[in-house]
Amino acid sequence: MTASFDVARIREDFPILRQTIRGKPLVYLDSGASAQKPRVVIDAMVQCMETQYANIHRGLHWMSERTTDAYEAARDAVATLMNARDRSEIVFTNSVTGALNLVAHSYGRGILKPGQAVVISAMEHHSNIVPWQMLRDSHGIELRVAPIDDAGELDMGAFESLLDDGKVGLVSITHMSNVLGTVTPAERIVKIAHAHGAKVLFDGSQAIVHRRVDVQAIGCDFYAWTGHKLYGPTGIGVLWARREILEAMPPFMGGGDMISSVTYEKSTWAQVPHKFEAGTPAIVEGIGLKAAVDYVQSIGYEAMAAHEATLTDHAIARLSAIEGIKIYGRAQDRGGVISFTLDKAHAHDVATLLDRQGIAVRAGHHCAQPLMQRLGVDSTSRASFGVYTTLEEIDVLADTLTRVREFFTR
Amino acid sequence: MTETFDDLRDLYQEVILDHGRRPRHGRRLETYDATAKGDNPMCGDRVQVWLRYAPDGTIAETGFEARGCAISVASADLMAETVQGRSKSDTAALFATFREMARTGVCPACDPTMERLAPLSGVHEYPSRVKCATLPWHALVAALAGTPGDIKETSSE
Ligand SMILES: Cc1ncc(COP(=O)(O)O)c(C=O)c1O
Repeated sequence: MTASFDVARIREDFPILRQTIRGKPLVYLDSGASAQKPRVVIDAMVQCMETQYANIHRGLHWMSERTTDAYEAARDAVATLMNARDRSEIVFTNSVTGALNLVAHSYGRGILKPGQAVVISAMEHHSNIVPWQMLRDSHGIELRVAPIDDAGELDMGAFESLLDDGKVGLVSITHMSNVLGTVTPAERIVKIAHAHGAKVLFDGSQAIVHRRVDVQAIGCDFYAWTGHKLYGPTGIGVLWARREILEAMPPFMGGGDMISSVTYEKSTWAQVPHKFEAGTPAIVEGIGLKAAVDYVQSIGYEAMAAHEATLTDHAIARLSAIEGIKIYGRAQDRGGVISFTLDKAHAHDVATLLDRQGIAVRAGHHCAQPLMQRLGVDSTSRASFGVYTTLEEIDVLADTLTRVREFFTR
Repeated sequence: MTETFDDLRDLYQEVILDHGRRPRHGRRLETYDATAKGDNPMCGDRVQVWLRYAPDGTIAETGFEARGCAISVASADLMAETVQGRSKSDTAALFATFREMARTGVCPACDPTMERLAPLSGVHEYPSRVKCATLPWHALVAALAGTPGDIKETSSE
């Protein structure tokens, strides 16, 4: 590990990691479901509520102005994080689910035409499947699924052939699988899609936690993610889209803050991004998200990615050595999410036994039932890593899993 | 090495591990009078139960196929054993009592004929696992009621 990355130092930033669970130190290996929060995020939210909290974009008083500035600073921080061309390209939503539904409703119903198609992949989270099914059923949009190979990588040949007939208006695809850890080749996907006249949306919920996302370098049209996985609060998500696309899209929800003027005959819309931010937003959460983005930037993606690669290599080496284990996904380019099953123990039993040792993993279908079907399993256990994860914690996981298997083999 | 999990003996008693691994009733019945599926969409557990009735309407035989954890397989197997020879209404009442035991860990209403189910009371300490133990019962009760098709276990016990 590089000297610039001191995991012991990082761990001090996360108050929760001092906890013990049933007398054992907490080994939190479920960051892929939701990451823990550093002190700076907690403090920023508390401080806002204790010293200056007010509604934003509407008051003329000091507190509202202060809070509006703090909330809008989050937009600047996110725009910088993603290298957006313009801060107005950042739309805040309640989660990535909200962002994907926004695109499915507004772009899907407003811009796509019945008869066109949307392409997703065989390793999507339900939140990047169901909105498109709803669009298919209400709007006559065909839904196509690009297959993955047995290593858990996108089958690029099959993907391209799904676009051949020119009917595809949008490709909506994960940038990193929350089950397999696979990082998809974003630039190649964009090149192929654009060559066939399709726009591209990435679900970056997992990816942006693990690597720098530069939307201009990727060349995509939309990029969505969720705050709580990037060490920020729940209740806030991000949709980035090219300004000209956002301007062409009709509003999704109507209400306060998203209008320019309202009469009973007609309303006109506010400029982007406010056109898509109806109602009082998640103010405190936005301020917390800014603190999270600043925190991530202060550590630096290069250091985080190097740490994570070390953890992932170590985990794969240690877990692979366990008898009867099966690890799902062997993509060349992958992040710190590892799904596995044990031959003698069901994923839920594994999770319960690990939990008793203070180890938190996720077990189940990971909101990806079609992928589970493709893998031929009902559920897996999943260990996922964050900036605070240590090699020692992975050793604890591996040693405990060996004993879990013994427990169920006797 | 397994003493690491000694505090889990309350949940994974020998009888549960044994029936989870080698269920005696884990098969689909060739001829049956009723069947129903249970499905827990939160975790992906699935079970199907088949029933054959005796001429007097009591349960003559129960078989099941389960895809799930040790708790749910063992629970299905011990259930199949326990309901044999019981009437429909008796079985429904048994489920109510069992469910209470799984939730609370105590069972003032349990009678000696439920002894085999007692090891499953350990799940009450694991709120997210209670539904593993009750899923096969939901399917059984649905089969008894003659509800056709796919029965969702939606209760959040
Ligand atoms: C890849 C991916 N997409 C979407 C989601 C949904 O995130 P949220 O529930 O915050 O909207 C998740 C997390 O659960 C995820 O990992």
